[in-house]
Amino acid sequence: MNIFVCIKQVPATNKVQVDEETGVLKRGGVASKMNPYDLYALETALRLKAEHGGTVTVGTMGPPQAQAIVREAYMMGADDGYVFSDRRLGGADVLATGYTLSQAIHSVGDFDLILCGKQTTDGDTAQVGPAIAEYLSIPHAAWVSKLTLSGDGVDAEQQLQDVIETVHMPFPCLVTVEQDIFMPRLPSLKTAREIGDKPIHIQGLDTFLDTDEAHYGLSGSATQVERIFPPANDTEHELWQDGDNAERLESQLKKWKFI
Amino acid sequence: MAKIAVLERKCTGCGLCVKNCPFGAIDMPNGKPELNAACKVCGICVKSCPEHAIIKLETKTEDVDKSKWNDILVYTEVSGGRLHPVGLELIGKALELAAPVGFKVKAVLVGSGVAGYAEELRHYGVSEVAVYDDPELGYFRADAYASCVEDYIKHAHPSVVLVGATSLGRSLAPRLSTRFRTGLTADCTRLELRQNTDLVQIRPAFGGNIMAQIVTTHTRPQFATVRYKVMSAPVRNDVASGDILARKLPKAVADSNASLVSVTAVPPKKSISDAEILVVGGRGLQKESDLDMIKELASLLGGDWATTRPLVEKGWTTNERQIGLSGRTVRPKLIITCGVSGAIQFTSCMNASDHIVAINSDKDAPIFDVAHIAIVDDLYKVVPELISRLKEARA
Repeated sequence: MNIFVCIKQVPATNKVQVDEETGVLKRGGVASKMNPYDLYALETALRLKAEHGGTVTVGTMGPPQAQAIVREAYMMGADDGYVFSDRRLGGADVLATGYTLSQAIHSVGDFDLILCGKQTTDGDTAQVGPAIAEYLSIPHAAWVSKLTLSGDGVDAEQQLQDVIETVHMPFPCLVTVEQDIFMPRLPSLKTAREIGDKPIHIQGLDTFLDTDEAHYGLSGSATQVERIFPPANDTEHELWQDGDNAERLESQLKKWKFI
Repeated sequence: MAKIAVLERKCTGCGLCVKNCPFGAIDMPNGKPELNAACKVCGICVKSCPEHAIIKLETKTEDVDKSKWNDILVYTEVSGGRLHPVGLELIGKALELAAPVGFKVKAVLVGSGVAGYAEELRHYGVSEVAVYDDPELGYFRADAYASCVEDYIKHAHPSVVLVGATSLGRSLAPRLSTRFRTGLTADCTRLELRQNTDLVQIRPAFGGNIMAQIVTTHTRPQFATVRYKVMSAPVRNDVASGDILARKLPKAVADSNASLVSVTAVPPKKSISDAEILVVGGRGLQKESDLDMIKELASLLGGDWATTRPLVEKGWTTNERQIGLSGRTVRPKLIITCGVSGAIQFTSCMNASDHIVAINSDKDAPIFDVAHIAIVDDLYKVVPELISRLKEARA
């Protein structure tokens, strides 16, 4: 079974700068890390491989610095890793990002299972996984907290409102996993020593089947960020500093009739 | 320009695409399909290829004629045998948006045994409820459900499609928006509709303390998801209005090769979203056992407790207890935050609460911008003292 895991490099802090003109995130000069939710997807892939054999390939769209998270994935046990890096891919929304990753996956090879984290901590949309599945014309299940191999595919447990539905999907299919699926392992120094400077593939748009740059990045996106602004701070509030704030809060709660 | 491409590596040369192409646009000169000038990029070959070897090379569609896309469609989710209340909230918002531009509001129901809910929806001001009711839809498969909504969108041409940001909705919406090669904005906290029918979508963004205003200017429909408890449900009208439109199951539903393994009903879980009073612990808590006083205060007030993301990442509690963009949105009557600094991902998911009390020793903490009562004090002083006062009052 060949598994592809989508990973992303995200800012390590949430104090990031945004280009006021284009609304695009300025990623330079900010400490970064692997999106924490992707660790669960990678862990799931590594466990499936340990149990059933196969390969685990990771891939990320990002600047060349994103090699750092591919290296981290190698240290956790991934077999092969790709950075899809090209200036023309920048500024992509969900539609263009999903397309880029689907083209990237086509360019790398054929996979039985594609795994994604439930969402990223910088975009927080949780939409790219299902978008990739649609571009690849394969079924998907999202927010999966239990995944088992079964026959020619997987059984995925989807938690919906008041009901858990487990669906069987034949390969190829895509699954986004919840963070309670497995506890991710730590990168291993032993593995790091074993793999040495195992190469990371860096590919641009020219390796894709569709090389029309109008389909990627900002120009391939359907949404535009018109404006970035700080949240309104217009809530009128009472400021309590000195004195017995517990007593004061108790009487306030009485006044509001909560007690 | 969009075009069709064949992944030769995957193609088995079965010839199904040639048979299915309505335009005779595919030849197989060397045992592999090649497209000729008759291709209209309809995508029928893409869907019919069993090997997924044919793909459409396209992202966003060409500029559309916006005047042909009218009205607002709300996806009204039914799962676990219940109409999700977020659907009514979205109808409420859609009615507000629709009036100034003369749009109607329509709803679509997908599932098995869902026809009964259409009658109920007629009491909320919609002009039409489209119903896809079939045993084939008895469990959630994003691709099959997407095919039903796709069928209705192609029939009704809505300008805007609103979907509740539930786990079902957030799985369905990106599949649909991608199918229409159009824009989708997740977790909108504010929506406005311009005279030119562009939907202004505002959401917290970029993982920072900042809001983004997003528009989908060249394509239709415009998809947006909105969380439960962000908008207000409309008042139920005694008199029902609007039509019910029973739709046939689209053929494409049969293309989904996902199948049901099992269904387990889980008792409606008490969710922090349903609590009327919430006490929240944040990073200001020094150790895991300090959560006990948060729980105790919550129980003394007859409410529930919740946390911020850092505490979930530390493993002190689970995602179900987390308020924020990667957790739940809440709108209780009273919320008391203790040691919460107030990143936008948190505040945007609780700032609609009726009464907000924030306790934090840092007077510059952003949580105070949304608080009605800002207590600049040590939570380790205020919370235990309030607990003992409440206990005393009880005794």
